[in-house]
Amino acid sequence: MMLAFVFLLAAFTGYEIISRVPALLHTPLMSGTNFIHGIVLVGSLWVFFSARGPWAESVAWLGIVLASANVVGGFVTTERMLRLFRAKRGEGPPGE
Amino acid sequence: MNEWAGLSDLVASALLIGGIKAMSHPRFAHRGIVLAGWGMLIAVVGNVSVYSHLAPATWLWAGVAILLGGGVAWLTSRRIAMTAMPQMVALFNGLGGGAAALIVVTELLNPASLRGLTLGFGLIALTIGSLSFGGSLIAFLKLAGRLRHPWRFRHQNELHLIWFGLIALLAVGFFTLPQTRDLTPIFVILAVGLGIASTGPIGGADMPVVISFYNALTGLAVGVDGLLLRNPALLIAGTVVGASGTLLTRLMAKAMNRSLGAVLFSHFGATLEKGTGEAEASKEMDLTDAAVSLAYARKIRIVPGYGLATAQAQHKLAELTEWLIHKGVEVRFPIHPVAGRMPGHMNVLLAEAGVPYELIQDLEEANPEFSQVDVVLVIGANDVINPDARNNPGSPLFGMPILEVDHAPKTLVIKRGQGTGFAGVANPLFTAETTYLLYGDAREVLNRLLAALKSL
Repeated sequence: MMLAFVFLLAAFTGYEIISRVPALLHTPLMSGTNFIHGIVLVGSLWVFFSARGPWAESVAWLGIVLASANVVGGFVTTERMLRLFRAKRGEGPPGE
Repeated sequence: MNEWAGLSDLVASALLIGGIKAMSHPRFAHRGIVLAGWGMLIAVVGNVSVYSHLAPATWLWAGVAILLGGGVAWLTSRRIAMTAMPQMVALFNGLGGGAAALIVVTELLNPASLRGLTLGFGLIALTIGSLSFGGSLIAFLKLAGRLRHPWRFRHQNELHLIWFGLIALLAVGFFTLPQTRDLTPIFVILAVGLGIASTGPIGGADMPVVISFYNALTGLAVGVDGLLLRNPALLIAGTVVGASGTLLTRLMAKAMNRSLGAVLFSHFGATLEKGTGEAEASKEMDLTDAAVSLAYARKIRIVPGYGLATAQAQHKLAELTEWLIHKGVEVRFPIHPVAGRMPGHMNVLLAEAGVPYELIQDLEEANPEFSQVDVVLVIGANDVINPDARNNPGSPLFGMPILEVDHAPKTLVIKRGQGTGFAGVANPLFTAETTYLLYGDAREVLNRLLAALKSL
């Protein structure tokens, strides 16, 4: 039951935190949230560590590979995109 | 769960949510991703530290998996050109969805786990994650240009509905007959297949919205995995992405004046005839003439589109701009909210080439000025400047806000070939009295244009 409350509150939080986003940040923000659901890696490791039997272990192992690609790829693409904004900071109005 | 894992989840959740918040403001955006990066590291280390008693071999295998997935992603995403970023987002998102689904598959392989409510959560996460995996892969292929033609046929939506019904039926079977668990591979194939089939008919111009939608779906799948595994980090981070991703999807659809339902089910451009007649009626202009009209203009607007990205012409364009500004020409870059393959795509490209922010205009700012400028130079943009969106109720683009380039006294269009835009719609602007075409690869044309300007 506690978890259901957490789910509800997290959903509201997600909806509220990005109320106003300038169009130029749509792509980087999508990429950033793409990185954040890479948290699935924690779950993949969790089930791998508790998996029993060769099938379960192999499937869970493959899950870690995919999740790691999500985390690392998500971080690098987002960081590369946003570095461009950092470099320009202070030179002009950043679109607020 | 031990206390350290609990504490690390708390800190990590705060950092991840704060990261998203910061990423929605241009000034703090870069700090946002760094913050989120630390959050992720804390979450992973805190959670796996609970398993410190496991055999070294298990740790080794887990490490190999992380190095393999992470390593390949690191190498590709560092090397990939800035212009290919959108499809990389689609690809990594799909992999995340796949991982979310595989968590459930692993749990299903243990006959003792997943009963009642948790089985329900599991099947939801499995379906959503697999859909996102299949759909994102198709989106990736479409954006990478490997899948050019949307596939469409009659009663397609009805077929997808029946397909979904089959998945639901199988899900009911999981609850009633324990043997149904053996059909897990079929369940996965059905769900991944539905993701592929339902993304196939969606046209290119709608792809950004679709990717954002699948991004939200993966977030939701991860959140539901969190419910299943009773893990707060997954639950919070996944659900937050699911919700903020949904909002972001709506913002993107709004920028294109489309509803999410229309994007997913009305199959953009399904009813129109392909563009014809452009080749006969359009006028080409020779480069020297083009250089003259630019050099003697007072006010120029440059409208970039996907053609600029594919040709990697942004640096050449920056050089040309610098030269024109040096000669006293007023240059501005009107950018359509969805120019390129992604909202913000053009802003990122121009920033990379060092074009100052002040020169960039948004739609509302640019449109009243087109009638007062001397020349508009369009580089590889098409659908976002199609006057049919305003004038022709029969056009699939009708109602989308466009850059009103057709109001300018003279328009030069750099265009790769005589084809239609990404949406596959004819563009009457190209045959207008005031429009002149410069055919060729954008970088090549800009290069020769700059040479011609310098020799004037």
